Amino acid sequence: MDKKPSLLESVIVHTVLLTFVAFAIYPILWVVSLAFSRGGLSSSSGALPVPHDPSFDNFRIVTAGSGGIFWLQLGNSLIVSLATAVVAVVIATPAAYALARFDFVGKKAGMGTLLATQMFPTVASAVPLYLLLEALHLLDSRAGLVLVYATTSVPFAIFQLRGSFETIPVELEEAAMVDGATRTQAFLRVVLPAARPAIAVTALFAFMSAWNEFILAATLLSRETAFTLPVVLQRFVGEHDAAWGPFAAGAMLVSIPVMALFYLAQRQLIGGLTAGGVKG
Amino acid sequence: MSRVRTICLAVIALALALFGAGCGGNDKPRLVLWHAYRGDEEIALKQVLAAFEKERDVTVEVLALPFDAYATKLESAIPHAHGPDVFLDAHERLGSYLQNTLVAPSGDALPPEDRASFDTAALDAATVSGTTYGVPLAQKSLALFVSTALMTGEPTSFEALAKRDGLPDGSFPLAYEAESAYFHAPLLHAFGGRMVDAEGHFVAATPEGEASIAFLLELKKARAIPDEPNGALVTELFASGKAKAVISGPWFLADAKKSKGYRVFPLPKLRETGEARLRAFLTVDLAMLSPEGAKNPNARALAKYLGGPSSAKTRALVGKQVVATKAVWDDADVKKDADLSAFHAAAETGIPMPTTPAMRAAWVPLEQAIKKSVRGDATPKAALDEARERFVDAMKPPPPRPSPTPLFVVLSMVLVGLAMAAVKNAREPGFSGRWRASIPAYKYVAHAAIVVFVLVVLPLVAGTLTSFFAGTRNDAQYVGLSNYIEILTARGGPLLGHGSFWLTLLVTVLWTVVNVFFHVGIGLLLGVLLSRPLLRLKAVYRVLLILPWAVPSYVTALAWKGMFHRQYGAINAILSTLGAAPVSWFSKFSTAFAANIATNVWLGFPFMMVVTVGALTAVPKDVLEAAEVDGATRWQRFRLVVMPLVAPALLPSVVLGSVWTFNMFNVVFLVSGGEPDGQTDILVSEAYRWAFTRNAQYGYAAAYAVLIFGLLMLGSRLMQRLGAPKEGAKT
Repeated sequence: MDKKPSLLESVIVHTVLLTFVAFAIYPILWVVSLAFSRGGLSSSSGALPVPHDPSFDNFRIVTAGSGGIFWLQLGNSLIVSLATAVVAVVIATPAAYALARFDFVGKKAGMGTLLATQMFPTVASAVPLYLLLEALHLLDSRAGLVLVYATTSVPFAIFQLRGSFETIPVELEEAAMVDGATRTQAFLRVVLPAARPAIAVTALFAFMSAWNEFILAATLLSRETAFTLPVVLQRFVGEHDAAWGPFAAGAMLVSIPVMALFYLAQRQLIGGLTAGGVKG
Repeated sequence: MSRVRTICLAVIALALALFGAGCGGNDKPRLVLWHAYRGDEEIALKQVLAAFEKERDVTVEVLALPFDAYATKLESAIPHAHGPDVFLDAHERLGSYLQNTLVAPSGDALPPEDRASFDTAALDAATVSGTTYGVPLAQKSLALFVSTALMTGEPTSFEALAKRDGLPDGSFPLAYEAESAYFHAPLLHAFGGRMVDAEGHFVAATPEGEASIAFLLELKKARAIPDEPNGALVTELFASGKAKAVISGPWFLADAKKSKGYRVFPLPKLRETGEARLRAFLTVDLAMLSPEGAKNPNARALAKYLGGPSSAKTRALVGKQVVATKAVWDDADVKKDADLSAFHAAAETGIPMPTTPAMRAAWVPLEQAIKKSVRGDATPKAALDEARERFVDAMKPPPPRPSPTPLFVVLSMVLVGLAMAAVKNAREPGFSGRWRASIPAYKYVAHAAIVVFVLVVLPLVAGTLTSFFAGTRNDAQYVGLSNYIEILTARGGPLLGHGSFWLTLLVTVLWTVVNVFFHVGIGLLLGVLLSRPLLRLKAVYRVLLILPWAVPSYVTALAWKGMFHRQYGAINAILSTLGAAPVSWFSKFSTAFAANIATNVWLGFPFMMVVTVGALTAVPKDVLEAAEVDGATRWQRFRLVVMPLVAPALLPSVVLGSVWTFNMFNVVFLVSGGEPDGQTDILVSEAYRWAFTRNAQYGYAAAYAVLIFGLLMLGSRLMQRLGAPKEGAKT
């Protein structure tokens, strides 16, 4: 594998990647140029996304909005999304492990139910959830919101993790158990480290599902100081008109932590490649 | 391992932060007010509330909500007494709020002796069958913004206003959202037409309605107005001096200030109809009392205060509101504001928007008729007749109360089937042994099973049950299976007719197949390329390629929609530099569908790419090395070694990706919006329309959801059957 790829091959690979990078960032450049435009986009800019009358005004409007509690709300978003990722992974990992390794009564039905939950379109699902959280006395608390977000991402997390557990050779745990480890120890010490990349990806998905959601957050929370950023951003879209400039600026600010997180998770992915104890 | 400790500490800190939300003690009476105001209106409201708090010695807790979540929030919170005491909203939603008992009569917040101090039209708007619900605050209607740099004085008539008079290409005498029903209404009214009458019938399909659309077609033909006008385009044209005049509401004032000078006038006269004026719909913002709030004297006092003269003056001067309190218009400071006075004059010519829930079901059919006529797909008459049919269909009353027997039979058959399957399993040899052997596994799955059951499965079951009911939440009526029967028989129309379940299903299947093909194809390709060990700039590529997924899709989907604009979109600009003719993307099914696909492929490929990268990292390096030693070509290595190893990790994502795409409502709704004529709608966007734009038929929408669920179950079963032999060979 240490053979160097030929020049031609490198050129092809980079061309393909650059083409898709262009596809990926072109629409975002429009959002960026909108965010930096003082008076909205100019219709004469044609194919090139160039800001019209460039300024940082929109960013100032976003960060100064709602009485200077923008940073508090950013904090809320971070807390809620990180907690969602942690809770979802903690709930999903053992279940996914059991589904990958054990044979038990109700396994097929359980898998079927998990898949089924993803098939149900969520039209107007806010009201039943509201009733449930009211019954659990978790209304208007970030903990309740985290619980809702985490559970809705658990089914996917289980699928994702189960798939990755299945690619880890059973021999690894068996070897550990021969050496005197219990099943739980084998799971925690052998399987989990090997599955680290998949866990990182799963956590990222759970984080993302919480990070951009606003309908449930606005419905379940009733204090401005508890709101997450998407709720605050959505306030720039009114019934008759929308302040697209500040909205775009806010969307950019909101995506920065996600990119940072992906950058960090990526190290985990590479770490999984080199350090995963799969070689045995 | 120190990282593990850091993570543990972080978790504990998070838990503390989650629960540590203290409320300061305060013994003053507390009131809760919710609103969706923004900008100047919000600033003025805060000032008014501060004054009220001082005067009355109470605390008002204000919550500003996004408009898109406002109705949902009111609907969930108020019936359980967690809602506000007072909330601000437009009067046209009174009808549906009354159906759901979200609003109570104003009582002494608006005593009889106060009535004379409000504008009559505003009072009328707040009154439903003789009872007043809410104190009128402000009136909103469309008016004419004229660019003083390009035009002098008030235009004498709409026809005079719409003359091109040798304007250069790309400039227009007039710009407004001509294809929206709300903006077309003034023309409809000027020709003597109406949208919905007092009994809730759709009455736009008349010669007057036809004349109003024919008039619009003439404007288009004379290039008096731009193509595919939307709010952003109108704003841009006016700000850059490319539109001499614009029709818009008070919300446009902030944008108008960016132009080189403007004046506001009431909508002009229409000469063709004998000096009749264009009359816009008038909406009135009300301070409404929730049933809880109506019991609270402080809340009633707050509603009264909000409509009172001192509040109205602040709202007019600071909030730039066209207040409904008469006395304010004699104030010298208010009189000085020419914009406000012009909007006040415009409001006086307005027609209060009907509060009947039928109004909600009329917007989309009328809009579809206008667009169809503009595209030239139908004459105004045919398009309007069709609109009336669609309206009547949406408003069809629920069927008479059927006997519960058929539903009972179906449900008991399902239960018996499940029980028999369970018994069959239990009878199998060695069942009790297997059961006992399962106990260790249950320790791993129990907590996941419980939370998923409570927070995911239960709400879904509740949703399924609503599908056996019709009508609104408060006034639900048991209809058995008839929602399902109606859907499956295409409501009595042709099975593959417009908007029928079966036609929409075909579109949805096509949508899913094309999207998943591109998601998986691009995702695999990029995932494999990014996993090359010696690739340079790997980290940069990875971060750039997940951008579509990182930026909130609400804003990027709208950016895509803008890129597909016929006149000003980037895609047509690129096409024209390549020498191709501009495409009118949303006027044909094929191109509108392609636009949706492009957006959704863009949004979805990073997901498959990340999943592929994750799966590939788990492929043992030595396996690949061994394959290389064996002399396998790259393609063979990929197909025979890599694919079988990553497939188990990829397969669930592909299945789930298909399911999510099948139910991907955002893109369809935000990009094509179902255009042309609802043809690009998929099943889930149809379901959404039944719930939110067609008379709040939640039961019908729920039946759609259950059918979608059934179809996906069936589809995944088929996929499993087809994939079964392969899986058998693997193990």
